[in-house]
Amino acid sequence: MTGFAAYLVFFLIIALTYSIVVMGLNLQWGFTGLFNAGVVGFFAVGAYGTAVLIGPERAGAIGGFGLPFPIGVLGGAALAALAALIVGLATLRLREEYLAIATFGIAISIQLIALNFEALTGGAMGLISLPRPMLDVFSSPAHYNLFYLGVVAILALVVYLALERAVTSPWGRVLKAVREDETAARSLGKNPVLIRLQSFVLGCTLIGFAGGLYVGFIGYVSPLDFLPILTFQIWAMLIVGGSGNNRGAIAGAIGVWGLWTMSGLLISQVLPVQFQSQGGAIQVILIGLLIVLTLLFRPRGLIGERETVSKHAGPR
Amino acid sequence: MHNTTPPTGAATAQARGALQIKDAVKSFGANRAVDGVSFVAEASKITGLIGPNGAGKTTLFNAIAGEGPIDSGSITLDGTRIDELKPHRVFSNGLARTFQIPRPFGKMSVLENVMLVPERQAGEKFWNSWLRPGLVARQERENLEKARSIIEFCGLTPVERQLAGAISGGQQKLVELARALMADPKIILLDEPGAGVNPALLDTIVDRIVALNKQGITFLIIEHNMDLVMSLCDRIVVMATGQVIAEGDAATIIADTRVVDAYLGGAHA
Repeated sequence: MTGFAAYLVFFLIIALTYSIVVMGLNLQWGFTGLFNAGVVGFFAVGAYGTAVLIGPERAGAIGGFGLPFPIGVLGGAALAALAALIVGLATLRLREEYLAIATFGIAISIQLIALNFEALTGGAMGLISLPRPMLDVFSSPAHYNLFYLGVVAILALVVYLALERAVTSPWGRVLKAVREDETAARSLGKNPVLIRLQSFVLGCTLIGFAGGLYVGFIGYVSPLDFLPILTFQIWAMLIVGGSGNNRGAIAGAIGVWGLWTMSGLLISQVLPVQFQSQGGAIQVILIGLLIVLTLLFRPRGLIGERETVSKHAGPR
Repeated sequence: MHNTTPPTGAATAQARGALQIKDAVKSFGANRAVDGVSFVAEASKITGLIGPNGAGKTTLFNAIAGEGPIDSGSITLDGTRIDELKPHRVFSNGLARTFQIPRPFGKMSVLENVMLVPERQAGEKFWNSWLRPGLVARQERENLEKARSIIEFCGLTPVERQLAGAISGGQQKLVELARALMADPKIILLDEPGAGVNPALLDTIVDRIVALNKQGITFLIIEHNMDLVMSLCDRIVVMATGQVIAEGDAATIIADTRVVDAYLGGAHA
């Protein structure tokens, strides 16, 4: 494989992993109107959960169970679900801005726990030399990456198909009703608290699941992978791609991550050495600009929400 | 013209949907918006609730529907206490309501608005869309058929695929009526069904209320259009400053000087 192809594979693994995160957020925001400002926190819970479950034993540390990767990543997703359930029970009765503040605070707390609870998380060093699933089967790293891309692509497809089923079902109709007008939904016999809790927990489960996949690929976790900027990037992906549409979520993940990595590359090439350390700020500005331009000129995103009638109603 | 046969499965034989309000009080701080109200909306009758602005009608409506429960007193529907239930539980007991300012699910089609309503749809559990798709699809087809006949009854067939946020205010009131009918309610509370509706559409609304009432559905209606109230309602309850000041049939209410006083603020001689 050429350098470019190898890089493309690497890029797509990360982008498709993020696409699962964006689909999770889309379920919460796009379909239910839940403002989750702590995406990175649930991503981190999934990632650390997986790392602790699959990692090798360490002296004087909690975890290191050495479990098989599939169990680890499902365990990580389950931990993210549990975290979401606790947060959701505490906050989902409140109005939306409270959820935003609470989730934002929780994401910060989770990152601080990751940084300081050394026995569990390895502290600032993180957890390293985590086993990468089926690494020894492949002869070269390039082949392994290709394999991992296949796994992530299939999982993203499965998540996409499962979510499409769910959001076009009567359940999805209730989600949208709660998003559109909670009072009216309540007056028609729907329980908004229950519906929001389901959507929130399910979305966070997917976000945590993607965190586990991320860890399986890069082979370590550190607190630096879970900075608040990631939440911002994920939101940018959803807004640019098209909130309320799972294809938009995937397109946004690939598009925005592409722009992010390419701008990073470009900055490292053209910026004089003494300004390189400020280069990251330019990337953030670019993403902010992209969000503003999207909201101004294409507020529905690249692929906006579809107007659905009923999939059983037949063609127009 | 529309199909004028009500498509609901409401029982015609037995009278149901009797709503009894007893000594209901609802305060906001020092303001007793509903101040010891008692009356009965008789089963299978149309009861009008009138009164000047600020009389407490909508507050009472909301309390009946479980939005902002009463502080004291009781509300019963066919003998069952409903005053301590959450709105979605009140609805499950057979009480549907519309809103003074329509609350359509704007980014959903008219059809989706109506299909949302039936309770205990298997597909409302997200796992059933994965594990039991056949069951969900079958219920959806039945649901669609019923929704279509109610939409036709309400004269909304031409706009059934449009977003509910994009149709006229009068049509949105009809969407609310259609949503209510989808649940086969015992009683429907209408908050100003005639407000801001053009005369032709108003005729449709009145016509449909009468047809549904003939099927046995009880109505409690807040309305400011007196012609509408007098012609439609079997019985009228008049509220002013949080209290019931008169009740009776149209002739009794028209003759009652207290009612005129309440509307004119006691200015008439």
